[in-house]
Amino acid sequence: MATMPILPPMPVLDLVKSFKLKTKQQELLIRVSILCLVYILAFITRLFSVLRYESMIHEFDPYFNYRTTLYLTQNGFYDFWNWFDYESWYPLGRIVGGTLYPGLMVTAALIYRILHFLRFAVHIREVCVLTAPFFASNTTLVAYFFGKEIWDTGAGLVAAILIAVCPGYISRSVAGSYDNEGVAIFALLFTFYLFVKAVNTGSLAWSLASAFGYFYMVSAWGGYVFIINLIPLYVLVLLITGRYSMRLYVAYNCMYVLGMLLAMQIRFVGFQHVQSGEHMAAMGVFFLLQVFYFLDWVKHMLSDTKLFQAFLRITVTCAVAVGAIALGLGMLSGYISPWTGRFYSLLDPTYAKDHIPIIASVSEHQPTAWSSFMFDFHILLFLFPAGLYFCFKRLSDATIFIVMYGLTSMYFAGVMVRLILVATPAVCLISAIAVSATVKNLTVLLRSKNKGVQTGSTKGSSSSKAASKALLDQSQPFQKNGAIALLFGAFYLLSKYATHCTWVTSEAYSSPSIVLAARGAHGSRVIFDDYREAYFWLRQNTPPDAKVMSWWDYGYQITAMGNRTVIVDNNTWNNTHIATVGRAMSSYEDEAIEIMRSLDVDYVLVVFGGVTGYSSDDINKFLWMVRIGGGVFPVIKEPDYLVNGEYRVDKGAAPKMLNCLMYKLCYYRFGEMLTEYGKPPGYDRARGVEIGNKDIKLEHLEEAFTTSNWIVRIYKVKPPNNRW
Amino acid sequence: MAREKSSKGNAQALFHSLRSAYAATPVNLKIIDLYVGFAVFTALIQVVYMASVGSFPFNSFLSGVLSCVGTAVLAVCLRIQVNKENKEFKDLPPERAFADFVLCNLVLHLVIMNFLG
Repeated sequence: MATMPILPPMPVLDLVKSFKLKTKQQELLIRVSILCLVYILAFITRLFSVLRYESMIHEFDPYFNYRTTLYLTQNGFYDFWNWFDYESWYPLGRIVGGTLYPGLMVTAALIYRILHFLRFAVHIREVCVLTAPFFASNTTLVAYFFGKEIWDTGAGLVAAILIAVCPGYISRSVAGSYDNEGVAIFALLFTFYLFVKAVNTGSLAWSLASAFGYFYMVSAWGGYVFIINLIPLYVLVLLITGRYSMRLYVAYNCMYVLGMLLAMQIRFVGFQHVQSGEHMAAMGVFFLLQVFYFLDWVKHMLSDTKLFQAFLRITVTCAVAVGAIALGLGMLSGYISPWTGRFYSLLDPTYAKDHIPIIASVSEHQPTAWSSFMFDFHILLFLFPAGLYFCFKRLSDATIFIVMYGLTSMYFAGVMVRLILVATPAVCLISAIAVSATVKNLTVLLRSKNKGVQTGSTKGSSSSKAASKALLDQSQPFQKNGAIALLFGAFYLLSKYATHCTWVTSEAYSSPSIVLAARGAHGSRVIFDDYREAYFWLRQNTPPDAKVMSWWDYGYQITAMGNRTVIVDNNTWNNTHIATVGRAMSSYEDEAIEIMRSLDVDYVLVVFGGVTGYSSDDINKFLWMVRIGGGVFPVIKEPDYLVNGEYRVDKGAAPKMLNCLMYKLCYYRFGEMLTEYGKPPGYDRARGVEIGNKDIKLEHLEEAFTTSNWIVRIYKVKPPNNRW
Repeated sequence: MAREKSSKGNAQALFHSLRSAYAATPVNLKIIDLYVGFAVFTALIQVVYMASVGSFPFNSFLSGVLSCVGTAVLAVCLRIQVNKENKEFKDLPPERAFADFVLCNLVLHLVIMNFLG
């Protein structure tokens, strides 16, 4: 099927023609140049924060990834794989080698080594900062090939363009966001592309490639569970709709066995592929495929259908019985573990709120609002159903896959904000199909010109051709004007999309989170670099073996930048330890000092936004500390801190709230502080009230450091008094 | 009585029919089937052994069983691709199919050797 090249403007066409190229070569040149521009665009649009601030790592989790990558480049792979980190989760420590996904670190270290081999002496931090944009550019290339596989080259090009700027993907892959998702989305799309290619060609080589793609995905992100459940579901749908073929058998079996084996090489994943309930669907479909194709083979060999029916009955009953018994035994004896909380809360969104407060407290795990969908997808939101329509019109193995990927990922994106990222490639691909098919139909209308019926008969490619042939006699100029108007409309929409995406990237997704910016009184930009100021103070003014207690949000940053041991950090693997810290923060100072002495705490770090109006501080997170602490220690009761169900910090607040450790540490000496013109001293700008307890005395702690804008406050735990 | 006899007759007819149909398959396919049978048999022996002595180095058990299952499955894929009766694979040269089979087996056994422990 020949693809109609999209007509470029006339001077370019003359220039291209002047090289005396044939049409096919012209088309190739246009395609390659578009892809090159898209590649560069995807990289450039993610560089806002590097240009505005500096080349630094953002957020919280990337600091852990940066620290491990640093360790990997300095100590080599063997030490990294067997690393036991005694500087976090004091006194428990953390087996880092066995509890992380190494894909991102190994990738960055590899790029670093290649650059050093070519004698580019870059620092590992620069490599880490720019890894995500680099892989975003690679994702656009994969999206092009995937679109080409599903529909045609036009759809591939549009998919590449759409995914290059889509805010849903940019949000987790800006320069500086050195997190697993930056590499994982590339691996996800790559695996899916290789698998669809394997199903289309039935070749063992492509299936082997998709197994390697799956291995890369497993090494990069915990979201690989999506792949290992979507692909068996897809195989099942193909079996049920009767589209099964020998190619499907070859593709799935090779990918499943080799992929499972490769995945088990990652220590963090371990034996989950044969022991965890989340991976059982793949195994079930594997056995189902064997039975199914065996029966198909026997049916092919036997000429008598009656005999075959008897054989069929025996085999199916045996297989179902064996399968049910095995599954039942596995689940009852507990050998096959049930779905873990993280993934179960995707199926039942209310589960986490009641049972696992630590999962419910993460802001990224909240259900998605419509505004988030519109913000992250813009026009793709209504192009998605249009694309689904086109896919259903031309069903093939590949389009069934993309439809399933799109629908399942959209459901999960609705359950959890963070999963919009997983839905973005599907939405971009399906929307690309809609855009490409529509533009193609419209330009075909335009190019039909006055040739009338003859043109229609020679180059028939879509059903609109037949329709246009019929209407051509009646209202020919009207058709063409309508097509031109619609094309302009499409161009307008797409340019609005590009503008929106750039605006969103610039305003919303390019903030480093560790450096805050605000507009000053005269419109000048004010930078708050308090976090780094505090961490460097810790690094330079405390003994090297000091232990710092803070809420788990800041753990990774303290170990990476402050280079000090922390009690809890963002890994959140031990709920009781976190609850202990939560209990300490919510208790009176006398009880808290007992807990802190038992944990050998030397310094306590709190984040306070009352002076600057920064709203993500510890006082606003305090109720979560109470809930998590209360989940393990019933002595902490949430209603003690509320007044009539309301959370207050002013004079009318609960007495336990006014005297707990967190309140005291945040508001120590704040009662004398004038924060806003015309307001009394001790006016908390983040809560918008005057605080209740201004006269705070600390007995067991003393203030060690407060940053210039009071955002981070560090206190030293005083040693016990001498007995005399 | 009659139903028992007819079901027994059915089973025998089924068996004979299968046997005669299978005898008609080409020799190269029968060799592949023999290889598959051998691999599955080896896997079964390992499972029985694990059931009797326990599964302590679980990774070793898994790698042993999965190497047998994996190579069986890859041989079945080879059989599918080489079988002349499959219309989908008629332009795939059997040498290419065998080369793919060897490559996949190589990867499989390299991973198994890493996983054996």
